[in-house]
Amino acid sequence: MSGREVLTGRHFMNGDDACAEGAIAAGCRFFGGYPITPSTEVAERFSRRMPEIGGVYMQMEDELGSIAAVLGASAAGARAMTATSGPGLSLMMENLGLGVMLELPCVIIDIQRGSPSTGLPTMAGQSDLMQARWGSHGDYAIVAYAPSSPQEIFDLTIHAFNVADRYRVPVLILSDEVIGHMVERVVIPESQAIPRWERKRPPYPPEHYGQEGFKAFEPDASDLVPPIAHAGDGYRVHFTGLTHDPRGYPDMSAETHHELVTRLMEKIRRNAEDLILLETEYLDDADVVVISFGCTARSARRAVRDARAEGIRAGLLRLISIWPFPEQRIRDLAHEVKTFVVAEMNLGQIRLEVERCVGHPVRGVHHAGGAMIHPEPILEALRASAAQTAGRQK
Amino acid sequence: MTEAIVVETHPLDRIMRSDRMPHIFCPGCGIGIAMRCYGQAILESGIPQDRHVVVSGIGCTGRVAGYVHLDSYHTTHGRAIPFATGIKLANPDLMVTVFSGDGDLAAIGGNHLIHAARRNIDLKVICVNNFNYGMTGGQCGPTTPTGARATTSPYGNPEQPFNLPYLLAASGANYVSRWTTLHVRQIKDEILKIFAKPGFCFIEVLSSCPVGFGKSNHIPDGLEEMRLYRERSVLARDIPLDRLNIDLREDKPIYVGNFVNRDIPAYAPPQLAGSAEA
Amino acid sequence: MYHEIRLSGFGGQGIGLAGYLLGKALSLYENLEAVMTQAYGPEARGGASSANVVVSENPIDYPFVQHPDILVAMSQEAYTKFRPLAGPEALVLTDADLVTPFDDDLVQAIPATRLAEGLGRRIVANVIMLGFFTQATGVVSREAMEKALTDTLRPKLVPLNLKAFATGYAYQPDIASAP
Repeated sequence: MSGREVLTGRHFMNGDDACAEGAIAAGCRFFGGYPITPSTEVAERFSRRMPEIGGVYMQMEDELGSIAAVLGASAAGARAMTATSGPGLSLMMENLGLGVMLELPCVIIDIQRGSPSTGLPTMAGQSDLMQARWGSHGDYAIVAYAPSSPQEIFDLTIHAFNVADRYRVPVLILSDEVIGHMVERVVIPESQAIPRWERKRPPYPPEHYGQEGFKAFEPDASDLVPPIAHAGDGYRVHFTGLTHDPRGYPDMSAETHHELVTRLMEKIRRNAEDLILLETEYLDDADVVVISFGCTARSARRAVRDARAEGIRAGLLRLISIWPFPEQRIRDLAHEVKTFVVAEMNLGQIRLEVERCVGHPVRGVHHAGGAMIHPEPILEALRASAAQTAGRQK
Repeated sequence: MTEAIVVETHPLDRIMRSDRMPHIFCPGCGIGIAMRCYGQAILESGIPQDRHVVVSGIGCTGRVAGYVHLDSYHTTHGRAIPFATGIKLANPDLMVTVFSGDGDLAAIGGNHLIHAARRNIDLKVICVNNFNYGMTGGQCGPTTPTGARATTSPYGNPEQPFNLPYLLAASGANYVSRWTTLHVRQIKDEILKIFAKPGFCFIEVLSSCPVGFGKSNHIPDGLEEMRLYRERSVLARDIPLDRLNIDLREDKPIYVGNFVNRDIPAYAPPQLAGSAEA
Repeated sequence: MYHEIRLSGFGGQGIGLAGYLLGKALSLYENLEAVMTQAYGPEARGGASSANVVVSENPIDYPFVQHPDILVAMSQEAYTKFRPLAGPEALVLTDADLVTPFDDDLVQAIPATRLAEGLGRRIVANVIMLGFFTQATGVVSREAMEKALTDTLRPKLVPLNLKAFATGYAYQPDIASAP
């Protein structure tokens, strides 16, 4: 240990830097990336820090290569990550699917900017949510978190590595330019206080598995996650993006395909309660609840408090995790509260999810991106919702 | 009638996943020869088998990863090299070989190929070049000779192909060779050589693909292509790299041999003195 | 307590660093919440540059400065651009030699760049301004700012910067009043 792995102490740090520090504290020793605004500071930080701690900073030729290198490093046993923004995330969609199929843990932070296409490179967006969930071809499931402060980027980056390793799944951190570039206090704990969930490894040495070999894709029934053998461990595993059987061998049959893809989805769905992270405020007696996340949740919190000051029984549900979506929680909440407002810097991606859960249209506060949504329009929506529900009660 | 010869063992049993046989390669295909050379080289390398890792992309040659009894990664189309880069840098003790085809490495993966060569990453690349996309039925690709017919160049390929040794030499590779599947000893020896040579090493193996390429280009079976290799292969001595183009259909030499052999230090990630691993 | 503070000037004056030092002092060495934001990208290079700090006793939700109640302007362009966005009651600090205020504007001026040249390094004008800011606004303590300087800058630059800070802190301005 060089003593530089965990920069214990209080820092004044932007979200991008906090991401790199969270990763390093979590034991990430491989970063493969391609610089892209507004995530560039993540790469810059890694390029400075990795040589201090025996880690690898690898600047790849593009994002196709970045995510491929990250998956390769993960296959060799390293905690590995990349950082990007919308245009780069589009290129990474190809091997996000490979990561899902090979069940290789990795972390991808997307510092979202105004999109589509080149959009607003230096300005914030929150519109890559559906791409993260559905952007690679086929049915798949990933996990995604949306931090609301540099401190939370630090904490969630550590958590993302733990979740990725425990569930053998790519984990995305869907941050945004506001949180990536704002500078705030970040408290880094002692290294012993950094939580670490290890990858589940094969229970026996390679010889144990004899002629048949270790079944690298045979899941444990309890959590549907197979133990992982790394390159060089001696298990002589075969990993393929083709549909494969429990041995890892290609198996071009409809039955195997259905079984595999269902398990990859089910492994996340079944563990959703452990993956979902929410923050609530004033929900106990709320009539109208704002659902928000990332930077917009900061404005939502202000709007909710201001609404309370005006006598409106407002509450906040902050989505710290975006995927898997907290469907059940929102359905349950729909029985208790009168209405919802969804505030997000896109034109309705999460609102549609909420509407799917509650079964009817809800009010949205949307902006296509470029400027963080101010508390005022959210407060306006709360007032309008309160007036509407009051009218309905009369 | 000839009687089938059944053997109980094969010298490469330890290297091949016999439970995955039969393989998918067509009669007359050369990929199996290249694979066998790789297997033999692993046996003779003196490097423990568990330290050998193979990474491939998509295509017929990409399937090799599924047949060798190593830690083996069959990745996405074109991305074998960056995936292998991640493995190698995360665990430098491993001998990482990329075994893939010309379409995978030079078309969709072309950018990764030249950049890995430029960085001189310590990867061993075996590129089986059969001048077309064989798995999908014989479409033209980056190595299809000008004028050659393929299912997507029915009037003859209007493009000029890559001269891979020239490309790799310009990109910065430490070691560049070309052989044909006729040259089994040379291929094996060259693979052994690159196992011992740091940096980015590239061996192009010209191979028959009678079903995909040969059928439309007057080389309808594998044996005939072997005959052609025997008759026209010329060991290149002092041939400028830009003259190494191949056109199987014309009566021109097929230059083989080692073209680049230099000792630029392999890529090493920067490490500060006193760091954890230093 | 809640302040929106904008530090502004032209590219190369170290405005971003000044904002970082102020935010760090408030966030880490005072018992306060602070967030610093900056404009990014091509628009942030050249022309008027700014660093923005919101400081409060309570957690800060909306992080951006909209109507600064404290404005520091170290160039005419920055003053002209940002002065109208600050409230009429805003406390305005300027570089006396580089900014001619609007006729009816009350500003506190310090010749920060000239004083920095007197110290042999024009580059420390930003830190002189921070010293002046600390004394003039009372938002942050001298100790917190000095700690931020000491903890942030490379050790060999610390003595000069502490001296620059002290110079700005000790400066007694003329109140430039409207004619």
